[in-house]
Amino acid sequence: MKRIPVVPGWFGADGDPDRFRLLGTRCRSCGAVFFPRADAFCRNPACDGTELDETPLSRTGTVWSYTDSRYRPPAPYPSDPDLPWEPFTVVAVELDEERMVVLGQAAPGVTAAGLAVGMAVELVPGVLHQDAEQVWTTWHWRPLGGPA
Amino acid sequence: MTEDIAVLGAGMHPWGKWGRDFAEYGTVAARAALADAQLDWCDVRLVVGADTVRCGYPGHVAGATFARALGWQGARVSSVYAACASGAQAINTARAQILAGMADVALVVGADAAPKGFFAPAGGDRPDDPDWLRFRVLGATNPVYFGLFARRRMAQLGDTPEDFALVKVKNAAAGAANPNARYRKAVTAGEVAASPVVADPLRLLDICATSDGAAALVLSSMAFARRHGVAPVRIRAVSTVTPRYPRTALDLPDFATDSAALVPPPEVGFRASIAAAAYEEAGTGPADLDLAEVYDLSTALELEWYEDVGLCPVGEGAKLLREGATALGGRIPVNPSGGLASFGEAVPAQALAQVCELTWQLRGQAGERQVRAARCGLAANQGLFGHGSAVIAVR
Repeated sequence: MKRIPVVPGWFGADGDPDRFRLLGTRCRSCGAVFFPRADAFCRNPACDGTELDETPLSRTGTVWSYTDSRYRPPAPYPSDPDLPWEPFTVVAVELDEERMVVLGQAAPGVTAAGLAVGMAVELVPGVLHQDAEQVWTTWHWRPLGGPA
Repeated sequence: MTEDIAVLGAGMHPWGKWGRDFAEYGTVAARAALADAQLDWCDVRLVVGADTVRCGYPGHVAGATFARALGWQGARVSSVYAACASGAQAINTARAQILAGMADVALVVGADAAPKGFFAPAGGDRPDDPDWLRFRVLGATNPVYFGLFARRRMAQLGDTPEDFALVKVKNAAAGAANPNARYRKAVTAGEVAASPVVADPLRLLDICATSDGAAALVLSSMAFARRHGVAPVRIRAVSTVTPRYPRTALDLPDFATDSAALVPPPEVGFRASIAAAAYEEAGTGPADLDLAEVYDLSTALELEWYEDVGLCPVGEGAKLLREGATALGGRIPVNPSGGLASFGEAVPAQALAQVCELTWQLRGQAGERQVRAARCGLAANQGLFGHGSAVIAVR
């Protein structure tokens, strides 16, 4: 089945859990890192850089906050309205090195009750949605050493 | 400090789910504001509309829509959009033209007809639009962000779901006395706790609804107000600031904050900077306030505003609430209108509705909701994508 990243260029090494990373960009002039990627201009107001290089972000971080979605979100969230709704968990993760908070859905099976602010988590490849022809891939956060 | 402008009239169409066109609500509010000002529509030289736009997509260009509905009479027109802060931006546009001498009397209108359920982007593929992407990739509705903020407060500051419920109880009690509110009945903490969880830890009654509604103001120069023979409520400051880099507080519709690895975060965070700019312009501070209207998209967010507008130190919002200081009859009533908890969100109208409440409170016309001897009020608000807004009004 064809695998398509839900957003092209936001993560790399899809399908290889050891090398899987979110991809940001780093300004060649001031070194500032951006995610989602800034490719044309640096967004540091003190920098007029226009050259930014792709850079992988930290694979681990700590939980800044978390919540869940008990109701089905509207389109364009991909979801089959004929199937019963299964809530998903959303995690905001602080990356130590970049000192930025990045959102993501939690890996399947991770519930809000199983999370705590400050908990160590890791990035893992995930599936957002699939139909008969293709799989849309995404990133998930999962407690370090927690349920696979 | 800039010069004051006068609020000559305030008017609303009641909030609800009426199923009619936004222009109809806006026209009702505009006519109410004109009647309150004892002015004729043809006296208005500038009409500013807070645009009826949803989730970043071009919608109705509101200024001209209202001018047409009221009858073309040649006034200058302006239409502005700043998401939830649109109304304050509209006030600021009118203020700038009044202070520049371009118009003596301005009518500012905001109105919305909201869809049922979650706010959602319009159809079509828009992968370059962060607001579309957050729904597509994360399923992150507005309540998902509200849930993240609430959980963070619980973990960092020790707030509890019972504190959040108490905000709803307080605002519902005030809203019950407001004829323009959509929900006009008292709510108990037990009813909040019994409502379904939407985005952990927040329940349905912790989160504001989406509503139909409209609000309008008639604004003028102080010279015109004197000629008109009134001692009006005055707008002393309008803050319309943006965040400073690196912005380290997560906000709708973002996937991530800025990185604070190289540049240290600013000393004052974005929401606190919104009120700070208004205080500076007005030459006042939180101690001068008699009341405040803040943007309680969720119950937990109202507590955050207490701290951001300086009513108490960071971490003491829940304490201030529990002491009863922010209830009607308390030391510094917050959301005496009933807030979004009682109104629900009618995006382009909401910041104007806040200033309508300040106007009625400062005139002593707020009936059962009246804050005693109110002389100075603050309205604070924040629009999607980094639009700050705050208004200080005095009598």
